[in-house]
Parts: sequence; C-alpha cells; structure tokens
Amino acid sequence: MTDRETFDRLAARFPAFELEFVEGTDPAVLVKGENLLELAQHMRDEEKYDFCSSVTAVDYPDRVELVYHLYSMTNEGGPAILKVHCNKEDPIAPSVVSIWTGANWHEREVWDLMGVRFDGHPDLRRILLWEGYEGHPLRKDFPGSEDEYIFS
Amino acid sequence: MTTLKTETFNLNMGPHHPSTHGVFQLKLTLDGETIVDVEPVVGYLHRNHEKIGEKNNWIQNTPFTDRLDYISPMNNEFAYVLAVEKLAGIEPPERAKYIRIIMVELNRIVNHLIAVGFLLNELGCFFTPMFYCLRWREMVVDLFEMTCGSRMMPNYFWIGGVSADLPEGFLPECKQLVSAFPGFLDELERLVTENEILQMRCKNVGVLPPEVATAFGCTGPLLRGSGVPYDVRRAEPYSIYDRFDFDIPVGTVGDVYDRYLVRIAEARQSVKIVEQALKDLPGGETATPKKKRFRPPEGDIYHRTEAPKGELGFYLVSDGSENPYRYRIRVPSFVNLQALPHMCRGHKIADVVVVIGSIDITMGEVDR
Repeated sequence: MTDRETFDRLAARFPAFELEFVEGTDPAVLVKGENLLELAQHMRDEEKYDFCSSVTAVDYPDRVELVYHLYSMTNEGGPAILKVHCNKEDPIAPSVVSIWTGANWHEREVWDLMGVRFDGHPDLRRILLWEGYEGHPLRKDFPGSEDEYIFS
Repeated sequence: MTTLKTETFNLNMGPHHPSTHGVFQLKLTLDGETIVDVEPVVGYLHRNHEKIGEKNNWIQNTPFTDRLDYISPMNNEFAYVLAVEKLAGIEPPERAKYIRIIMVELNRIVNHLIAVGFLLNELGCFFTPMFYCLRWREMVVDLFEMTCGSRMMPNYFWIGGVSADLPEGFLPECKQLVSAFPGFLDELERLVTENEILQMRCKNVGVLPPEVATAFGCTGPLLRGSGVPYDVRRAEPYSIYDRFDFDIPVGTVGDVYDRYLVRIAEARQSVKIVEQALKDLPGGETATPKKKRFRPPEGDIYHRTEAPKGELGFYLVSDGSENPYRYRIRVPSFVNLQALPHMCRGHKIADVVVVIGSIDITMGEVDR
C-alpha cells in the first residue's frame, strides 16, 4: 500500500498534478498520463524508489487502468503504487523505460496482451505472441472471452 | 597495410536447443566468435495462463499455479494463496503456517540443487554432478509424495490452510534428511567449488554490476550475487518468516561463480529454517473451514514473496464474484532475463550458455 504520508508529500510537491488517493486494501496514487514521467522521475530520484517491480494493466468497463508497483532497494521500503487511467478506444501512456530500464519487457507485454501503446518505448513489439497476431487477448471484448463454463 | 573488411553475422540459437532451459530463442550477432549483441525471443511456451485464470474460480487457480514454475511448485501456490488470504482477510491456523514454511523451504533447496546441477551440465560436465543433486531431490519429492500424493504438481495448499496434515512417517524422515543435508552440500562443494575448470569458466563471466541489476528490476540470487542484500523475506516479511533466524548470503563480483556460491549458501540457510520450523511445529488443525463458494470482497491486491528464482508476486483484482477479474503474475525469470544481453556482450558463444544457466530461468514461468 502507499501510505497516506507519501501521498501527502507528493500532493504537496506537485499541486498542479491533481493527484488523487485511491482507497482500498492496497491504496494507490492516481496520476494523469501526461504527468506520469515527471512524477516517476521524482519517485526514483528524491523518494528513492529505484525498483520497479511490475507494470500491468486492467481492462475495466469504462477505462484501461495501468498499475505501477514501485519499491525501494536502498531503504527496503515501499510499496508505492501509481495508477494511470487511459481511455479504451486508443489507450496510450508515456513509457517509463528511461527511468527504470526493467520496465521494458513489462510494457511490451502490456502492449501485446492489452493493447496499450507506450510513447517513447525503444522497441514496442509483441513479446509473448507472434508477430502478425491480430488482437489483444486479455481484453474483455476479445472473441471467445464470453464462453461460460458451468461448474456445479 | 590494407585493413581487412569484416562484417558481423547473425546466428540463431533456435527454440529447440539443449542448453536454453526450455523453448527459448536467442538471436546472436557475432563478430567471429565474440558476441556483439544478444536478442532473447520468448513466447514459445505461452499458454494463456492469465486469461484462463480469469475463467477459473478462485479455488481452481491454486493447482493451476503449479504449472508456472514447475521446478518449485510449492512456492507458486504459496504466493497465490497468501495473496488471496490477504485480500479476503483470512488467517490460516498456526500449524498450517509452519507446515507451509517447511514445504516452501524444502522446495527452495530442490530448486537450487537443480539450478546448480544444470549449470554444471552446461559447463560440459554432463550429468555426473546433476545426478548427485537429483539423488537428493528424490528424497525431498518422496516427502512431498508422502504428504500430498504427487511429486511435482502438489496441489497441496488451500486458501485458509493446507489440504492434509503431515502423515505418520513424515517427521522422522524429514529430520533425518535435514540433518544429513549439510554433509551432502559439503561433499558437493568438495567436488565442485574449487574445481579449476569451473573457476576458469565462471569467474568474471557474465558480470552484472549492482546498479544495473537494480535498474533492470532483477531479484533473487542474480541480484544478491551482485552484492545487493535485498530479500523479500527480510524487506517485507510475510507469513511467519520474522520468527526464524537465517542469513542472506551475498556475492561480491556479480559473476556466474558468485551466483553459484550464493545458491549453495542459500540452500544451507533453507536447511536452517526447516530445522527451526520442525522444532517449533505446533499442534492443531491445518485448515480453516472451507466454503463451497468463495467470494472475496472487491478490491485489488499485490502480494509478493521470495521464490527461489526471485520475487514472485500476484496482482489480483476482485469484483466480488467467484472468478478473479484480473489475475496477473509478476514472474522473476521474465524480469531477470532482460539483463541477459548486458551480461553477454563481449563474451564468447560458450559463455552465453553458462550465463543463461546462472540466471536460472524456467520457461513455464517466463511465458506463462
């Protein structure tokens, strides 16, 4: 979870970003796509979150949500969770590869399976599925997703 | 003097290759025999695990996670079950917690033995040290078979405990194994660690500096071999790991030899943890009462554990129904493999094989 302290610090540092605190079992910081790179740079350099554990996406009915899980190896702290909302028709977000090199393959996988494009990624192509595959399988509207299995 | 015009050429180490640890392709760009660049191509074992996970219900996903990293299935089940329990707020009984730790640490020993055995395989010492390691793995999987009926896909953990209590003969056999194990590790080390060929082929090969390892997000023995003492069991203790006394072995240089030493040392530490868990094993039940339909509350959670290969995490999103809305696995081998090109540049083709062996990947995990 991202604790309230971290959120308050970030909100005070970047008032123009209009950060929101997302409640839940794992609270997170909701940031807009255009502000992501600057916030990520701050998280790595000032807050010392140097370990990007995972970049993933979730397909909700009204949006595609990107989730970033950040930890700190220097002071064994974390997590800090960032969330970005993208629209469903053409989801696009800035790439954080320039900040955490390890986000490279995570972003390729999100592009491959969810269809979110990353601006500034050095080599955005499919990683798990083959070149020439049509569609993005993890989307809920992918053909075949509506099969129902009946378990009694 | 005229200069000779040379060109690099591309060599494909295709998906079917005895040394690539599964179906895994490497596109090598070579200048003579020296590597200029390596491009790993994954996805040959993609089985659509995450989408099928969304169709299964929460309880059915537990045996499904066995198929991820099939060398250490107990760790996969453990990570999944802990994530679901955290989401739903379920606390397993004490005896179940200790049994889980015993199984998970035994599996860690098995994984490191196989990793070391296959590393030595790749060096050309075909199968003799591997059989030393497999002989001891047999004793551990015999314990698994005694408990849950299966050697490799245990299907043992439940959301809320474990599915069966330890059988009659388990404790004496486990205690005997654990007391004899350090002697076996000494025997293996006597044969292998000071071996001149191993040292010549592994020292200063595949060096990964600590800042590069952190930037790539590498975890596990790959990271600790480079000198960063980061272990999820210490950084963010989960389950009952804070009750045990164990060290985190760290390397210095970050080459293949350091990773080998870190794995052997970690196996010794796992033996220590199992001994402590066996000593403190309480009585009691082994599972909370099982519901037929399991519906966790809405929300999302990311829970990570220290699997033998690195940090294994499950990101689960629940919409209150019986099936996960999003089932995502953060897999250590997938992330560690990104560091492969950095470690191989400038070495020879034969060294690429050794470096892959030292990262310790399982394609079932990488591709899901």
